[in-house]
Amino acid sequence: MAHAIFFYIFSTIAIISAIMVTVSKNTVHSVFFLILDFISISCLFIMIGAEFLGMIMLIVYVGAVAVLFLFVVMMLNVAQQKNQWFGSKNSSKHIPVGLIISIIIFFEIIIVISGWKYKPDLFDINNSITQVSISNTHSLGQILYTDYIHVFQISGMILLVAMVGSIVLTFRKRSGLKRQSYVSQISRERSEGVEVLEVERNKGVKIDD
Amino acid sequence: MEYLNIIIQEFYKILFLIVPVLVSVALIVWLDRRVWAFVQKRQGPNVVGPFGLLQSLADALKYIFKEIIIPASSNKIIFILAPIVTMTLALIAWAVIPFSETHVLANINVGILYLFAVSSLGVYGIIMGGWASNSKYPFLGAIRSAAQMVSYEVSIGIIIINVLLCVGSLNLNDIVKAQQNLWYIVPLFPMFVIFFISALAETNRPPFDLPEAEAELVAGYQTEYSGMMYAMFWLGEYANILLMCAMGSILFLGGWLSPIDFYPFNLIPGAIWLIFKILFLFILFALVKAIVPRYRYDQLMRLGWKIFLPFSLTWVVLTASYLFYFNLLPTN
Repeated sequence: MAHAIFFYIFSTIAIISAIMVTVSKNTVHSVFFLILDFISISCLFIMIGAEFLGMIMLIVYVGAVAVLFLFVVMMLNVAQQKNQWFGSKNSSKHIPVGLIISIIIFFEIIIVISGWKYKPDLFDINNSITQVSISNTHSLGQILYTDYIHVFQISGMILLVAMVGSIVLTFRKRSGLKRQSYVSQISRERSEGVEVLEVERNKGVKIDD
Repeated sequence: MEYLNIIIQEFYKILFLIVPVLVSVALIVWLDRRVWAFVQKRQGPNVVGPFGLLQSLADALKYIFKEIIIPASSNKIIFILAPIVTMTLALIAWAVIPFSETHVLANINVGILYLFAVSSLGVYGIIMGGWASNSKYPFLGAIRSAAQMVSYEVSIGIIIINVLLCVGSLNLNDIVKAQQNLWYIVPLFPMFVIFFISALAETNRPPFDLPEAEAELVAGYQTEYSGMMYAMFWLGEYANILLMCAMGSILFLGGWLSPIDFYPFNLIPGAIWLIFKILFLFILFALVKAIVPRYRYDQLMRLGWKIFLPFSLTWVVLTASYLFYFNLLPTN
């Protein structure tokens, strides 16, 4: 009973916040609703016993990805653009495109779900994951590092390539930049930086720079 | 009726955890100021109560009676939410900390991941506060802080992987029990040092207190806050520091295990040992605050990404290959 109540609470929050992401006028509010959505979905993950996935969802999406979203939205002033999309006359241009894309995704989801085959013993209570003595994380690891090791490694390589690629794309050497050299800063000694001069009366010292 | 009983029982348990944590946060603020003062040959707070112990209580009372000012141009809902988020996130993480083998509120399988997730959510309170204030200095502070916390989380995560390789379980009690013979500070000492420094950066403590660097940013993300809302940021910050100390003592110092395990000493409950270890780490935090000058921002980023990240990754490879070669990998 309590399980059902919590399920309905979390799923309602997830759906409402997903709607609010698209509806709310302020872009930063949209991102906050997206974060709320992530959190409630990770709660749903934990409720079906996938505790590891739920926590990883929190760490990766909420702890890192959404922070970057927030950064971009706060810095780039996307808020005005969003107002233009919804408020101005140009908004009619964007609606058909979005509609087409969402219809395509909707049909894709229907195809995937209708073609889905459940394992015959999935709904057998005695066989469910909560009854097995090994933990969720262990069973995930045992599958991931044996049956699906190649897929796992390939996806890791793809992520690495993406990381290196994004660094290469954004890294460029510009002239005229003042850079700090840590070696020269640390290895600097008193004898190089300070010079003791005898100053003559009423003459002063000329410092060349 | 049955549900009601369970709810009341859990409520009492939570109350008995939260109240001591809040009291110890107040005391730890006093300790922090005392240690800081003693290093600088000052007295520190010593007037209110015996040894000035009640100073934090007096401060808290002062904050409660001060007026809460909400800037007119701020985003009011998020402005009010920010300190609440900080405080809540700092407190909910204590649910999984084991004080002894049985004294733990929620003995969940993925305890360490939960701790890590909650501490990585802590950045939201700061970003929300900085953005909602709608002012230059808080925004700069929030951006600095977000970048800093995200970068140092990476190295903390990899250090946790090091420990998990040796334990073979994500449960905090299992992590403590795996250190029965040898605390992980001995074989993983370099990781402990990096964890300590990353924890300083993660909790925005000096020498990494750039988000609130008073010489550059007034008070960073807290500039527009006053009264009780400021106090909540402040409590959340210190609760987070205590949490990081608890995490360090569970991962490296053997949690509630007793360092001297023979007759008269093994009667002392594990919670006492855990508290001593947390205190030890906290005094180190306070000493660092008093001794070390503040880092420059580019130095901070360089330390996180170019030194800690490669070093801890290399150490993961070393630990894994050592455990694999000597057939020490934990199996269950």
